[in-house]
Amino acid sequence: MSKYVIIGNGTAAVGCIEGIRSRDAKSEITVVSAENTPVYCRPLISYYLEGKTDLDRMKYRPDSFYADNGCTVLYGRKAVSVDNSAKTVILDDRSSLKYDYLCIAAGSSPFVPQFKGLNTVKNKFTFTTIEDTLALEKNLDKSSHVLIIGAGLIGLKCAEGIAERVSEITVCDLSDRILSSILDSECAALMQKRLEENGVKFLLNDSAESFDTNTAVMKSGKTVDFDVLVLAVGVKPNTFLLKEIGGEVNKGIIVNDKMQTSIDNIYAAGDCTEGMDISFGDRRILAIMPNAYMQGHCAGVNMAGGKERFDKAIPMNSIGFFGLHAITAGSCFTEEQGGESFEEKSEGSIKRLYFKDGFLTGYMLVGNVERAGIYTKLIREKTPLSEIDTDTMKKKPSLTIFSRDNRRNSLGGTV
Amino acid sequence: MKKVYVNEEWCLGCHLCEYNCALANSGESDMVKALKNKKIYPRIRVEEKDDTSFAVSCRHCSDPLCVKSCISGALHVTDGIVSIDYNKCVGCLTCVLVCPFGAISKGESGNVQKCQLCAENSCGSPACVQGCPNRAIVYEER
Repeated sequence: MSKYVIIGNGTAAVGCIEGIRSRDAKSEITVVSAENTPVYCRPLISYYLEGKTDLDRMKYRPDSFYADNGCTVLYGRKAVSVDNSAKTVILDDRSSLKYDYLCIAAGSSPFVPQFKGLNTVKNKFTFTTIEDTLALEKNLDKSSHVLIIGAGLIGLKCAEGIAERVSEITVCDLSDRILSSILDSECAALMQKRLEENGVKFLLNDSAESFDTNTAVMKSGKTVDFDVLVLAVGVKPNTFLLKEIGGEVNKGIIVNDKMQTSIDNIYAAGDCTEGMDISFGDRRILAIMPNAYMQGHCAGVNMAGGKERFDKAIPMNSIGFFGLHAITAGSCFTEEQGGESFEEKSEGSIKRLYFKDGFLTGYMLVGNVERAGIYTKLIREKTPLSEIDTDTMKKKPSLTIFSRDNRRNSLGGTV
Repeated sequence: MKKVYVNEEWCLGCHLCEYNCALANSGESDMVKALKNKKIYPRIRVEEKDDTSFAVSCRHCSDPLCVKSCISGALHVTDGIVSIDYNKCVGCLTCVLVCPFGAISKGESGNVQKCQLCAENSCGSPACVQGCPNRAIVYEER
């Protein structure tokens, strides 16, 4: 019998629990949950504000999940340190937990720059948890003027979520385009247009420099009056537990493809980690929900003595605003980096594919995103272009690009 | 477990499976009423290139990427069938991003749709198989 401890109670923790239980039905699992709630679908907080879901439907797993999996959850508890020689986790109530195998699935925290005068702003919120969301919701009404700092995925999903509930939304960002981590200028412009058509205003190439109660002074000198401020500049991985004991940490906790950290018997998974991005060929933080689950599952299986490798991690995002969808995956190399690209545009739709060294390495689709997963598969599985009908593939993702034998195996057998 | 398989050597490319699928999941019993002059939303699609054609629908993978990736907890496996809880789906299309078969698509009502082997409609067994004129689509254990 082993003792398993999981720090964190999000998607990666669920993956870890299910991974452990796929091999070990009995041993004790203890989950340390900073939030006072069972696991919920964190990216759905904007859909909650939009009225597309509710607290009950947002549950990631049924109510009986922890009981069914024999887990003890310590709600409202934080891990403050790890003693890897004694194999214990110290909690904020000074109690300690013994572990044989530990998984750090502590997620990330909002990064809030030290803006001058931020302390004078009364109604300010971050937007990553259900608690943030409920607090924000209480402060919104039809007359609210909302300023969102950050035109990334979090800030813009927030804007979409509250669009029908407030009077005005302004989003600012230092970048020259929205969603700069996943879209190029042209794709971003298409998405921006859709957001603007739905009433969202933008101040790009510009960001807040200081605040005075209900006014933001921008770098450009412009001023923006607001009632509610949302800080969505970015997130930073929660790495201190491992860093403090000398574990290898870059921006995130470094993990190998078994989700082991550099310290024996300690694994890590989810948004707090930095692992190999196979499309890029180097380590990256891949703070996305599918990776969190898969990393967690991989950690759990290995903690329970199994052998699982998660060696297909790539960045990938599916995001939509007011009915216009974008799906992106992989890495987009420029010509200087030895990459080639293919593009196809039509009214309201852009497709860009990126190739390097005989492989599809990345893509961006806005508008028509049908069957994007076939492109994702080519990247994740590093399928050589020489094995497929590349011309057909460029036109649209389909299974006709594969050889008949390949198809017979993939469609005809059991997967 | 029994699944839907296509023998591409036998597929005529007639697309009847798409119509039968759309009808089976429309809640209507009359094909004309259900489909005429309407955009149809079949969960099986015929692919064609040169003289090859074959139908593609969910493979009900034993280790489904869509279920692992679903951000709303809507996709799950029940008795081996990869199924959608429409009440939970918010239409984020993360499953479209990851399905290696391109077998999940946007549905009529804003969420996604996929083959559920006609387990949740009144068909009893897959309508695409029942209606395939050349027995190119079969429902069997492999």
